[in-house]
Amino acid sequence: MAQDLRYTKEHEWVRVEGDLAIVGITDYAAEQLGDIVFVELPEVGRSLAQSGSVGVIESVKAVSDLFAPVSGEVVETNSELASSPELVNGDPFGKGWMLRIRIADRSQLDGLLDQAAYEELTREA
Amino acid sequence: MVQGELLATPLASRHVALGARMVEFAGWSMPVQYAGILEEHRAVRTRAGLFDLSHMGELFVEGTDAARGLGYALVGEPATLKIGRAHYSMICFPEGGILDDLIVYRLAEDRFMVVANASNSAAVSDALAERLRAFSVVLDDRSLATALVAIQGPLSLAVLAPLTDVAIADLRYYAIAEGHVAGVPALVARTGYTGEDGFEVFVDVASAGGVWDALMEAGRSVGVVPVGLGARDTLRLEAGMPLYGNELGADTTPYEAGLGRVVKLGKEGDFVGKAALEKAEADGPHKKLVGLVLRGRGIARHGYPVFAGDRRTGVVTSGTLSPTLGEPIAMAYVAPSDAGPGTIVEVGIRDQRVPAEVVVLPFYRRAT
Repeated sequence: MAQDLRYTKEHEWVRVEGDLAIVGITDYAAEQLGDIVFVELPEVGRSLAQSGSVGVIESVKAVSDLFAPVSGEVVETNSELASSPELVNGDPFGKGWMLRIRIADRSQLDGLLDQAAYEELTREA
Repeated sequence: MVQGELLATPLASRHVALGARMVEFAGWSMPVQYAGILEEHRAVRTRAGLFDLSHMGELFVEGTDAARGLGYALVGEPATLKIGRAHYSMICFPEGGILDDLIVYRLAEDRFMVVANASNSAAVSDALAERLRAFSVVLDDRSLATALVAIQGPLSLAVLAPLTDVAIADLRYYAIAEGHVAGVPALVARTGYTGEDGFEVFVDVASAGGVWDALMEAGRSVGVVPVGLGARDTLRLEAGMPLYGNELGADTTPYEAGLGRVVKLGKEGDFVGKAALEKAEADGPHKKLVGLVLRGRGIARHGYPVFAGDRRTGVVTSGTLSPTLGEPIAMAYVAPSDAGPGTIVEVGIRDQRVPAEVVVLPFYRRAT
């Protein structure tokens, strides 16, 4: 877990680079899901609304939604996950990234959890 | 959600020490996975895995009427079992639905062990107590006093053999023998729920730790790993074996589940559910259990609808990505007219319909 990230209560992480938000799921989420075997991501160009379900993550055992941490347009998705979904388990904050979103409203970033708040959340769970 | 106290098996502290994630299952705290479902699944298919199944129910029925009484209580014909042999059976409601699926072991002329699912163990025990009342038998529910450790996979025989005085190389599939494992009295059966060769070892709870440790130690150098309920589910699904609560339940008859062979309508005397099951057999099933291989992306899960054209034909009972085949597989109930192998149906996965082909079960059969 890295200091420059922001988190959602649904266990997505966000890294801001310029006007883009890079999005994935946390190591905690990946661990809870277990072996991830299928990731369904939105089309590039699609406009996402914050907190909307935008994708699906399937593990051997369970299915889970991917939610948009912020509103914006999808500019890229991690195409490697189609053939190597296990990257999400192996490197959730790196090679297991899922989306690049062009941030529509930067003020939404302020509503996300910082690392301390997210760690608190996972400790309670 | 955890409500009240969960039951713990005698191996619980070992699971935690091995890094297991523990979950609630049928009132028990059980390991769902250790290293990961895929890794554990592959270990069982290629080497061997160790399972703690101490949550399952062991019900002993003893007395001069044991065979006759169980013949009345269950759909099978235990009187035909030779001593030291077992068969797959069911206990049905009077209306014909399935109360549980069971393995019945004949330990002696007048002594049987009935192994029930953890989730139904108490209900089976109660039903047997009631149904056996008129017979000269003693029902001894030893579920909480008995631990069950299974070793499953191609290396099972090699790992277990040095630890036991039972001639397990000669033990046939669905056979059981009394002896010792790791120095303690044990029942050793060549049964399992994975589609692989393997053994189930029944011991007193006080002995379970020693048996588990001995098997772990003996298996370490050849890559035997502990396996949780997650991989147990994917293994049984590939092997086409039904799970109570998914494929089997009170609203399903053995005929619909494709398991009519376990119902012995012609056996001597009456049995609970006979009239309803005779009618079910004569009428033919309203639904049939089939295997599905998805021909598109996505995973079919329990409860997803199955369509034949515009018509809803049934429902998925279990599904996963098959670790061995690398394809999404599922079991489902569909209308008998859609149950033929090769039929293309569609599974409703969220807002999409994914084509799936009806296939003959099992999905996986080990090379023999």
